[in-house]
Amino acid sequence: MARSARDAKKAKPDKKGDLSRRSVLKMGAAAGAVTVLTSKKSAASAFLPFQEVPAAPPPPEPAICTTFTGSPATRPFMQQLPIPTALQPTNLNPAPTQSANISAGEAPRADHQRWNEFLPQKQYAIHTRPAKVTFHPDLPQSYVWGFNGQVQGPTILEKYGEPVIVRFYNDLNANHTGPGVPEITVHLHNGHTASESDGFAGDFFGTGLFKDNHYVNIYAGYDQSPQTLGDPNEAQYTYWYHDHRAMATAPNTYKGLAGMYWLFDKRDSGNENDTNPQALRLPSGYGVHDIPLEFSDKSFCPDGTLFMNADGNVPEGDKWCINGAIQPFMRVNRRKYRFRFLNTGPSRTWTHALSDSSMPLTVISTDGNLLQHPVQVSSFVHSVAERYDVIIDFSQRNLGDHVYLLNIDDDGHPQFVGQPSPTPLPPGVTIEQVTMRFDVIADETDNSQVPSTLTTYPDISNIPIANTMEWKFVRKNNDPQGLNFQINGKTFDPNRSDHQVKKGTAEIWTISNVTPQSDWTHPVHIHFEEFRVLTRNGAPPTNPLETGRKDVIRMPPGNQVQIFMQFRDFLGRYLIHCHNMDHEDIFMMVRWDIVP
Amino acid sequence: MDRRKFFTSLAGSMPCSASASLGPAFFTNAVFRTHENKEVKFYDDLIKGKHVVINFMYANCQGSCPVTTAILVKVQEALQKRIGQDIFMYSISIKPEEDDPATLKEYARMHRVKPGWLFLTGNRFDTDTLRLRLASEHHPGIDLDPNQHTGMVRVINDVNNRWLMCPSQASVETIVQTIRWCDLPKPLEVRMRENAIAQAKIDKMQVLPTWLGSLSES
Repeated sequence: MARSARDAKKAKPDKKGDLSRRSVLKMGAAAGAVTVLTSKKSAASAFLPFQEVPAAPPPPEPAICTTFTGSPATRPFMQQLPIPTALQPTNLNPAPTQSANISAGEAPRADHQRWNEFLPQKQYAIHTRPAKVTFHPDLPQSYVWGFNGQVQGPTILEKYGEPVIVRFYNDLNANHTGPGVPEITVHLHNGHTASESDGFAGDFFGTGLFKDNHYVNIYAGYDQSPQTLGDPNEAQYTYWYHDHRAMATAPNTYKGLAGMYWLFDKRDSGNENDTNPQALRLPSGYGVHDIPLEFSDKSFCPDGTLFMNADGNVPEGDKWCINGAIQPFMRVNRRKYRFRFLNTGPSRTWTHALSDSSMPLTVISTDGNLLQHPVQVSSFVHSVAERYDVIIDFSQRNLGDHVYLLNIDDDGHPQFVGQPSPTPLPPGVTIEQVTMRFDVIADETDNSQVPSTLTTYPDISNIPIANTMEWKFVRKNNDPQGLNFQINGKTFDPNRSDHQVKKGTAEIWTISNVTPQSDWTHPVHIHFEEFRVLTRNGAPPTNPLETGRKDVIRMPPGNQVQIFMQFRDFLGRYLIHCHNMDHEDIFMMVRWDIVP
Repeated sequence: MDRRKFFTSLAGSMPCSASASLGPAFFTNAVFRTHENKEVKFYDDLIKGKHVVINFMYANCQGSCPVTTAILVKVQEALQKRIGQDIFMYSISIKPEEDDPATLKEYARMHRVKPGWLFLTGNRFDTDTLRLRLASEHHPGIDLDPNQHTGMVRVINDVNNRWLMCPSQASVETIVQTIRWCDLPKPLEVRMRENAIAQAKIDKMQVLPTWLGSLSES
């Protein structure tokens, strides 16, 4: 609570934080020697020395820490950027079933839709459990909740056309005593996923149980063109998964419950040497030239415990983590890399930039959806839950150069470091801005390319609009309806559906943030399908990073956007919510349904 | 008062506790008077080892309070066997200057509040302290405005320090559900039996409501 006022400061944009841990991939200098992956399976086996260790007994519950005056000082660049483990498929026992296997301990759910059409070809197991991890060698170990005990959670690397089951076990401590609730419902953001596997906020389940999420890995529009698995131009490649427990998404995710999920197909094949003419040949190799960067911000009590307010609210952290490491470094070679930026929240907004202004950030994808053409920027704003795939080319750097990745968002909550950089920083750069350092160490062949045309957006001009809907994001003072964070004057109630959409139709939705200028920016997220921004404040979007397909949209106060959405292939309950997790936890979230 | 300093000063007294309960250092042992005109210490008498439901109100409120109170009366009815036994309800006046015990007693009588639910009045500082610690929206513009209502029902189980909350004008079912989620965890076998009940109901439904867990209760 010490930081409530700071946290709640007005006139500040959205905030969020989340956390991470890893099993370290030994790479760096060795990375260049590793061959490029051509499939998910080879990715894992070729690059990941991680060995599944038997589950250790759960760590004891830490002392509850609700006092916070600032994290301990840490030295920058003390650890290599960790790469989350690439998850290996397994054989689940008992085997997954279309109907919930209640007697084996599965949580209640509706039957998997279209089970026989998309029979799972692979099975994964993820055990959600407490663990002790190290965010920085200068800090004591921290008690976290991790998918497979890791922060960030393991990365799932999969292909379009191969449906999978991911079995999420809840192995948390039923008698947990600190902030966070040991009940989970895991959302794949932003999978084209049937409702019962979508991690609906009300579908959480307790300890000792599991739930099978059926990820069909098809393109949206399957019913219109099943022979191509849907419309390949609806491809989305960079996803993440996280807990979505109503009222507790912020503390649960901050404690570690987030990881990534990437899909590949013929176009984005994950192979820069691909001979298929359709292949883009982007920099490839999980953890080699295709690097997850999962951002979170955290606060540490002196004993290493993650600080949260007693009520589960998570203030912005004063330590900035990538893949669960504070201010790491990464050894790179003189060539191109693809970085997949993810903001796991719970609330911080980042503005990423490089210390060397002569090096552009080439954005190829927004929220996992390829842009039609790469967009070069010097910096970009990164709201909670957004993903940006960015190419950085180190080929013009000299061996021995340091390049720093910075957060230049001036929100008044800087990172606390307490120790200077071991080597001089470029003029104008402060160590508090630095999120990580790239060390250019070697030459390496680069067969990757960044084509000037990456994809073609689906043509939406002739699709009839069945309906329109307006969602007003409101923060009301003293509102008789109850809590002040509302959508259309209402707060989340999972038993109430505020909008029904007919399956297979398209709608235009208007989203407005009608709060005063001094208020929050809300990063609005809609489950199920990606949208296209038609207008912002009455005109076509001017930000080139908003011209593509998105599933999170930044809504500063006073802004209004119109978006185009389709609702294909599945039925059920879905959500629209503010992805500032502190806000969704106080019910700035609404259920809407897709109906026959 | 400088808002940031105000929050900081509150936080300064908070402990790092080794037990589950945040204890009197967090909850305070501030003295309140109930609508029965009985003096109580907040932590020792009202929170310690208990499962509690707390909202903030004032008697002369023409806005959300009467509606909220009416909803909470239904919640009390729905949980009648438990309220006053293992679950306790507290409504804390945010206008202690005007709400003396007699005023609150009349308010409780008017709303047909039953035993097990106390209306409380204290002093301004203690009231604001608890409001910030129990019902903060983490927004000074709301939290420190005396004319604002904290439109939330806070549920805390002090035994395992479980905190949940819901909007004060959510449906009775949702508030009841939220209160039950702060029960101490049931054995896995019990929960699996309840899940079988829930699943049998789900199998008959076209469009699912949630919370799915609520379907396990008769």
